[in-house]
Amino acid sequence: MAEPEVDTSPRGWDEVKPTTCYMCACRCGIKVYLKDGTVRYIEGNRDHPVNKGVLCAKGSAGIMQHYSPARLSAPLMRVGPRGSGEFREISWEEALRTATLWLSGVRSSDPKKLAFFTGRDQSQSLTGWWAKQFGTPNYAAHGGFCSVNMAAAGLYTFGGSFWEFGEPDWEHARYFLLFGVAEDHASNPIKTGLGKLKENGAKIVSINPVKSGYSAIADEWVGIRPGTDGLFVAALIHELLGSGRIDAESVARYTNAGWLVIDHPGKADDGLIARNPKGEPLCIDKASGKTVAASGLITPRLSGEVKLKGGATARPAFELMARRFLADEYSPSVVAARTGIEPATIQRIAAELAAAALDAPPVLDIPWTDAWGVKHDKMIGRPVAMHAMRGISAHSNGFHTCRLIHLLQILLGTIDAPGGFRYKSPYPKRVPPPVKPVGRGEHVTPGQALPGPHLGFPVEPADLLVDADGNPERLDKAFSWEAPLAAHGLMHMVISNAARRDPYGIEVLFMYMANMSWNSSMNIAGVIDQLTGRDDATGEYLIPKIIYSDAYASEMVSYADLILPDTTYLERWDCISLLDRPISEADGPADSIRQPVVEPSRDVRPFQEVLLDLGARLGLEGMVDDKAEPKYPGGYADYMVNHQRLPGIGPLAGWRGADGTKSLRGEPNPDQLQRYIDNGCFWYEPFPPEARYFKHVNRAYLEIAKKAGFIDIADPIIFHIYSEPVQRFRLAARGHGAVQPPAAHRQRVEAFFDPLPFWYPPFEEALVETDDYPMHAVTQRPMAMYHSWGSQNAWLRQILGRNWLYMAREKAKALGVVDGDWVDVISHHGRITVPVKLMDGVNADTVWTWNAIGKRSGAWNLAPDAAEGKKGFLLNHLISELLPEREGGYRYSNADPVTGQAAWYDLRVRVEKAKPRATSLPQFETLKPVKGLKSRPTIVRWGARKKGDA
Amino acid sequence: MTSLPDTSGPGQKKLGLVIDLDTCVGCQACAVSCKEWNTQGYSAPLTDEDPYEANPLGVWLNRIHGYEVEDARGNSRAVHFPRSCLHCEEPACVTVCPTGASYKRAEDGIVLVNPDTCIGCKLCSWACPYGAREYDHDDGVMKKCTLCVDRIYNDNLEPEDRQPACVRACPTGARHFGDLGDPQSDVSKLVAAREGHDLLPDMGYKPVNKYLPPRPRRDASTSPAEPLRLAELAGKGDVMERLFGWLDKVLS
Repeated sequence: MAEPEVDTSPRGWDEVKPTTCYMCACRCGIKVYLKDGTVRYIEGNRDHPVNKGVLCAKGSAGIMQHYSPARLSAPLMRVGPRGSGEFREISWEEALRTATLWLSGVRSSDPKKLAFFTGRDQSQSLTGWWAKQFGTPNYAAHGGFCSVNMAAAGLYTFGGSFWEFGEPDWEHARYFLLFGVAEDHASNPIKTGLGKLKENGAKIVSINPVKSGYSAIADEWVGIRPGTDGLFVAALIHELLGSGRIDAESVARYTNAGWLVIDHPGKADDGLIARNPKGEPLCIDKASGKTVAASGLITPRLSGEVKLKGGATARPAFELMARRFLADEYSPSVVAARTGIEPATIQRIAAELAAAALDAPPVLDIPWTDAWGVKHDKMIGRPVAMHAMRGISAHSNGFHTCRLIHLLQILLGTIDAPGGFRYKSPYPKRVPPPVKPVGRGEHVTPGQALPGPHLGFPVEPADLLVDADGNPERLDKAFSWEAPLAAHGLMHMVISNAARRDPYGIEVLFMYMANMSWNSSMNIAGVIDQLTGRDDATGEYLIPKIIYSDAYASEMVSYADLILPDTTYLERWDCISLLDRPISEADGPADSIRQPVVEPSRDVRPFQEVLLDLGARLGLEGMVDDKAEPKYPGGYADYMVNHQRLPGIGPLAGWRGADGTKSLRGEPNPDQLQRYIDNGCFWYEPFPPEARYFKHVNRAYLEIAKKAGFIDIADPIIFHIYSEPVQRFRLAARGHGAVQPPAAHRQRVEAFFDPLPFWYPPFEEALVETDDYPMHAVTQRPMAMYHSWGSQNAWLRQILGRNWLYMAREKAKALGVVDGDWVDVISHHGRITVPVKLMDGVNADTVWTWNAIGKRSGAWNLAPDAAEGKKGFLLNHLISELLPEREGGYRYSNADPVTGQAAWYDLRVRVEKAKPRATSLPQFETLKPVKGLKSRPTIVRWGARKKGDA
Repeated sequence: MTSLPDTSGPGQKKLGLVIDLDTCVGCQACAVSCKEWNTQGYSAPLTDEDPYEANPLGVWLNRIHGYEVEDARGNSRAVHFPRSCLHCEEPACVTVCPTGASYKRAEDGIVLVNPDTCIGCKLCSWACPYGAREYDHDDGVMKKCTLCVDRIYNDNLEPEDRQPACVRACPTGARHFGDLGDPQSDVSKLVAAREGHDLLPDMGYKPVNKYLPPRPRRDASTSPAEPLRLAELAGKGDVMERLFGWLDKVLS
């Protein structure tokens, strides 16, 4: 029989348009294949620096996201009570007029009565600027419940961070330590990197209570007890110091190890760095034995006491650090019980790290000159790379644990060395970056812009945003004594604080893309009460007005008053800016744009355009011209090209200058967006080879960075193994200085503002009876999902449409629980009843589940009986946004005491066998579908050939 | 019922996939990319029934499974296993086909279903021991991996994109495409170097696709490094003094 003819060269598309993915925070380059204006296929852009052609499951499922029946279709005004889902459709003109009316009232009377917080958006340089021009101090994005521990610990230690601020040197690394769940951020780069490590024969060690995802392909899985990573790392440091297996030269030259720390018990300068009259830190010159200003040209002594003028003594920071970590409390045998890791394993990994980093380093034949003018004929690698994200971040000891990891990197000399962890532009910054938060009472004036940025890096108590009595100035209490280094704000406390009017009530809550009545909040039932609660006296809602923008009918939509429907990511202009969360590569800066590849089919507008429109209607400075007309009538695209934050510096760094020949700095180019589109919607400019490593002390790099505006001065960036800014807060708690914590906070500040990193038990564990709650409960991130977006996607929900509570076989056996049973999971805060699956690859004291699969029945235009709502569940119900009461009855936020980072992973639970059930508990009333949603298709034949097609 | 072409000759092209179980993280990128391309490609559509209801049921040509297995040393390991048509040299799914709709291409060995002659009898899916075929109830046609026959020769795509969608998308580089009939091809060399194996070889269907086994893990049992010893630090006194003495010596 003859074979049938097969058309092997069909052309099922009529055009291909480049843009940038937004199925998660990774921001890969994509090419969208279109046929008659319909999306047919999305593939990774080969030329793009982030994903280099590959695309993850989420990216490929973008079609279903774009055509989701959960898309909102028109502006909505609430008509029923909050939560009822009863809205009427309104025109954009009415929506914008209403929003303007609400906002202008606040702005002219008391701007802080607006709280503007954005979720997983990627336009924080616009939203932050808008909030600053509005004049409210109450602005942040979602970093406070995501990754601020990582950002703050890194920026206070080495001027960079894990997260999106850097990446492992996948090319040269020989050994890779991966801490905690990492499957969501940098989704494709980490996967391609792991592939590269495998190809190169590098060893991969995964430290994670759960052997999910990347752990499965690691050479070694260290099934650590949650919250004890800091102990494990400290024990590695103990081993390395105890055997002299550190990169002594880079520690001496590139860190503050040699800086002299004043030993002056009880005095105001105790623990500060000894400085000369010019303010330069002092060290002991090893050659001369004299006390001199520290410099990379001097080899400092790393131990020994010195007498200072005035009678105090001082010792090098290194000595203090070494004394701490050489102590028995951090020895492998002592930490073994708490971490659940055998001493021999810790000792072996320490030995392997040392051997990998120090014994056979890769050497790049690239001459370079350091910041002090010393020429080096080669770049000598330290091929141990590390990565950590929320597994470390989401604990109340995350700041110090992350600092411990950075200390380990620094002792091995791996920061920005070939094979180590590499900065991505605009990092490194000075330690910490020289930006102070603004938002005290004196900064807030009706009708006026805030005189500076909301978020920054306090270096002393005077930088805090507290009033004369030490009380918080911001609604979320960021930069108060509760969370002094809250560099990303505390979005997770906004609703709770506003409803409790602690520190004050607000008038308008304005949020974007943040599912705060569901998976983005702790204590969901409590948050719903806060969103719907009314003032006893006035009968008005505790939070009187809520404006919310989202593209989809998320759980939060039902709890807002005015809905501004956003477009999908394929319908909009966007810029992924160096002023915001960078997509740069370690080899050079990069940024990118989104362009609309399809026309919106609904009466929706991109949020950024709406924000600029509102800004113009409110007459915000910078958003209107001299005649009070909108400054960016062309919307966000207009802003992307023509807005200048500083002369010559705008949202996009590529093809600047009137003729498009300038990079990083140059006047606006009217043709800029077309140049981006022609280049695949991104710009990437690698540094010359001599500027690609050791950026913190590389003269060529530092000069480029200064010119680009990444840093203000081209001085070397010295790592802080000992943090003097942190010590200043401790001194205040000891009664020194003009700004001191109120008595109730002193003990806490004193305890946790330790200038050297250390480990302490997570707070929840320390406050509850661990016998009552013997287990840890954490979530992992499914690789094919991004929060609640993924679990409503027609294709992705077929891959993972429900979740189970996973627990160790041996533990289940002891409880009489078998696969498929139902259990009650009980915390100090609440109880859920959920189905169980058993497995081997989980720490025996830990239960876990997938993040954000559980949905509220009726939300996202899924069928009310969909598994996500009826069987799926969240751990959020078990987590309180406040810690149990302490002495005196005060309840701190469930957060890191240094940064305010939400401590999701501190959760302690007890598991009890329950009767079999049909639905998980708790269940909430089914949400009513909001107005304007399309009906759910009962069948999708995507790509079916229409009659007449070739 | 349907005969196979003679593919025994020398130089016979055998296109297939080589899947590296050592690097597959189970991310599902290949599965969704496959779905996305093929729902508008040769097999269009890959129907999704009740996509937003309690029991969504869609057609997928490539599915990824995760297992915990015990390795030779008795340790539990997590393995991700992508499963799709293996384009067997002796495919029972073809020989059982009553209409000739299922066939193996003589040119390159790809096993295809001709939707125009498929009667939806499902004999082929019963015959396939790998569970690699999916019936589209709505379309009334059996569907399966085509090795992206509409990509690999497609003149409308850039030459480097002429590979199956799953291979093109795979972020970890765990999937490879090529001619396993040519011992000198990259994929054949990879199979030789990594001792790639057949799935269920005893069944005798001679699958073309190969799986590369996980590499031995380098953990305590395979790479017992000597713990660091304090003795490595010369000098006298306690560990602190020895550390500081050592630093004094090495720092010039």
